[in-house]
Amino acid sequence: MSFIKSKFQHPRLPVNDLGLTYRDYEGALSTLCAGCGHDSLTSAIIQACHELSIQPHKIAKISGIGCSSKAPNYFLNKAHGFNSVHGRMPSVATGANLANQDLLYLAMSGDGDSASIGFGQFAHVVRRQLNMVYMVANNGVYGLTKGQLAATADKGVKNKAGDLSLFNDIDLCVMALQLGASFVARSFSGDKQQLVPLIKAAMSHKGFAFIDIISPCVTFNNHAGSTRSYDYVHDHITTGAVADFVPVKTEITSSCHSGDSEDICLHDGSIMRIQKLNEEYDSTNASQAIIDIERNKKAGKILTGLFYLEPTASDFHEVNNTNSTPLNKLSQDALCPGNRVLSGINDSFR
Amino acid sequence: MKKTDTSNYQHFLKVVDCQQACPAHTPVPEYIRLIAEKRYTEAYLINWESNVFPGVLGRVCDRPCEPACRRGRVEETPVAICRLKRVAADNKEDISSFLPKIPHKKNGKRIALIGAGPASMTVARDLLPLGYEVIMFERDAKAGGMMRSQIPAFRLPETVLDEELNYIINMGLECHFGEEITSLDKLLQAHFDAIFVGTGAPSGRWLKIPGHDQLDAKSTHPQIDTGINWLAKVSFEHLEYDDENPAPKKVVVLGGGNTAMDCCRTAKRLGAEEVTVLVRSSFDAMKASPWEKEDAAAEGITIMPNYNPLEYKIENGKLVAVLFEQVASVYDKVGNRSLKATGETLLVECDQVLVAVGQDTAFDWIERDIGIKFNQWDSPKVNKLSLQSTLPSVFFGGDAAFGPKNIISGVANGHQAAISIDLFCQHADPIEDRSDTSFNLVSQKMGIHEWSYQSGIDHQERNLVPHISWDEAVKHLTTEVELGFDEKLALEEASRCLNCDVHTVFTESTCIECSACEDVCPMDCINFVEEETDDTEMVKQFRVSEVNNEQSLLVSAPLKTGHIMVKDEDVCLHCGLCAERCPTGAWDMKKLMINNINATIK
Repeated sequence: MSFIKSKFQHPRLPVNDLGLTYRDYEGALSTLCAGCGHDSLTSAIIQACHELSIQPHKIAKISGIGCSSKAPNYFLNKAHGFNSVHGRMPSVATGANLANQDLLYLAMSGDGDSASIGFGQFAHVVRRQLNMVYMVANNGVYGLTKGQLAATADKGVKNKAGDLSLFNDIDLCVMALQLGASFVARSFSGDKQQLVPLIKAAMSHKGFAFIDIISPCVTFNNHAGSTRSYDYVHDHITTGAVADFVPVKTEITSSCHSGDSEDICLHDGSIMRIQKLNEEYDSTNASQAIIDIERNKKAGKILTGLFYLEPTASDFHEVNNTNSTPLNKLSQDALCPGNRVLSGINDSFR
Repeated sequence: MKKTDTSNYQHFLKVVDCQQACPAHTPVPEYIRLIAEKRYTEAYLINWESNVFPGVLGRVCDRPCEPACRRGRVEETPVAICRLKRVAADNKEDISSFLPKIPHKKNGKRIALIGAGPASMTVARDLLPLGYEVIMFERDAKAGGMMRSQIPAFRLPETVLDEELNYIINMGLECHFGEEITSLDKLLQAHFDAIFVGTGAPSGRWLKIPGHDQLDAKSTHPQIDTGINWLAKVSFEHLEYDDENPAPKKVVVLGGGNTAMDCCRTAKRLGAEEVTVLVRSSFDAMKASPWEKEDAAAEGITIMPNYNPLEYKIENGKLVAVLFEQVASVYDKVGNRSLKATGETLLVECDQVLVAVGQDTAFDWIERDIGIKFNQWDSPKVNKLSLQSTLPSVFFGGDAAFGPKNIISGVANGHQAAISIDLFCQHADPIEDRSDTSFNLVSQKMGIHEWSYQSGIDHQERNLVPHISWDEAVKHLTTEVELGFDEKLALEEASRCLNCDVHTVFTESTCIECSACEDVCPMDCINFVEEETDDTEMVKQFRVSEVNNEQSLLVSAPLKTGHIMVKDEDVCLHCGLCAERCPTGAWDMKKLMINNINATIK
């Protein structure tokens, strides 16, 4: 039955530095539709966390509302989690991050949660440069409410019921680039070879990392007229560069070669190795990335891969000069310094 | 990688490890499912069709199926297949109405069987329903062959054996008990249409070490005997011990096979106080089944590995001890064993020695000028598939054809020979005209999350078979030691079966490459990989790249993106999650139905 997954595992399953198999990073068995792209995304996150040997309790999963936002239940059941109000995940993530910057914040959102009801929140969390991984499972429809067109649906497409998309679509990657995100990428749930290194790099990046993941809705948006179906995406996907993630511990043997390959050192010392496929590709130029995205879209192509990376960006805590110790590790005296300190603060405003 | 050929049953049969490992290809998961539904009679009949002696084999089979069981690869221990077979036999109702009807009008062909062991009796069982007249010659007073003479009643009660032999005898088998065939040439004069030789390996091997010639094996209470001879004497009650001739008190058994185990346990029951088994090999390399060794040890028998017998010590014409040298097994690079003496010796006092170091076929009754060719080991030359000898009307099977093996191999040979004899008698060629079987794969889908088999995996460990107390066991020669599973244990054990005969069947044309199956599979069996010319490179793309080469891969044709699906069958649980997660039904769980299982024995 679909809600029972055997606890038996492959006897020769690889273990990571912590001695854990990827099965130790799983969550509950998914209740999403069979074939949902979000399940592949879940599997990519599990693989990335396992390969990075992250301790599950060092991760906080946060989400809003929607099929996408149910997904955190399906990975990392030993991590912290908060399933918040529709479109309000960025506020909760900001609060949590302020209180404890030692955790790794993995946020799951969808096209409705981020591009419609939570669009304002999305814009501001990008501006704030919060140190988090913000993933949008983008399928172009509202799957949980039976397939109405989402704000990310391409203008001119029809949904399964035959409704035409009359308005311009919101491209969340373009928005993130414009608003100053320091890591922006797009991928496809059906291409784990591309997706897993991107998630690993986003988790190793310090600053706001955004990944828009095209994740087909197999029930409401996998029909012939859709531009988010498995077949359409398989046929129209393209990339400017192949990005590979090289973890810190791996000795870099192949030196940085010719002009079409580039190594970017991330905050924790790991490397994002980029193999250019397109001459115009430039991971350091946000405006060029926006142009590339728009040009490919006009040509009927879906551009994926790492669009922009600024490895030395400051995050919210640095900008605000906040205390680096998590609040739960501060003593009562430090958290509540008493009347004398309060008077001092008050006096400073007089 | 080459696309797997799914147009015949070979790939699918290989995936059902237990069925493939059974020489008779008994459909194991099918009968275990029936046991789980308490349909014991049907479970028995499925067995009876394939292995002819379910009650016997449910107790004393060599169980080649169990080491093969997939469960042993995903956790510690296989399903207790053998003892579940016994459950079907113990709990069945009267099966007589389900047995094949024997035609009154015979087809005019007469077949002679020499010997009434498992192979011969299987030939009779297969040919009688087809209208053949079958005439059996057996030197002993009862049918059963080694099942009766070499397996003690405390492991296999006579009633169980008689019941299953009688199903066949009652089909109209003409039995000539106590008639030993001493000349095949003479039998050939009797104009049978075909003769099947199933005389087993009746000749126990001796150890011709110093002292052997001074001991009389032919006396009424011999101090020395071969294991199989002695077991037969016990079985047919030819040995009588009383105050004048007390049973030996100290017994040495030489050898490490199942015969040695049966000898030592029988000796104990006859009244021996000290029984020691000494074997040249290491304990692990002993040929006896692990459970036989365990049971012998539990009954207080000492097993001493690494001892090679040197001499029977005789005083005043009586055996008093056996002298051994200690040896160590040394293996060379290719795994060949040689024994190296350590220099230590050991003297074991005894008043009887039972030699169970092997047994051979005996063909002194077959004239060498009647057209049957023998090979360098004095075994008849037979075709492995048809079992036909160089004299076309004579067929061999079981131990007589291939040396000592086991009951289930004899049964499998019986089926092969019956097919060949039938073809031969219809003037067809037993090899050229041999037909294969048709097969079918039937979807088990009943609803959205419903399958017609238990797809959820039971994680329980193997259940142990209850037995009478070991103290009590050694007091009785014919009381069965094992009690068998009761219904509760049987149902628990049955639910451990992984239903490997319900196959994951993949259809390329409907796959949308969403990877849902790959992601959900608990055992990481499913891989979507880029095609490469080098297979070993392709395997590196697998989720678990360390593959078990003894197991198959299910390889698809290229999919829309050019990738191919490769499923490693090794540790698949047949849980059906791939099929449940597939949005397009590209995966389905289908049960393998082989129409003529006997034809798959090759």
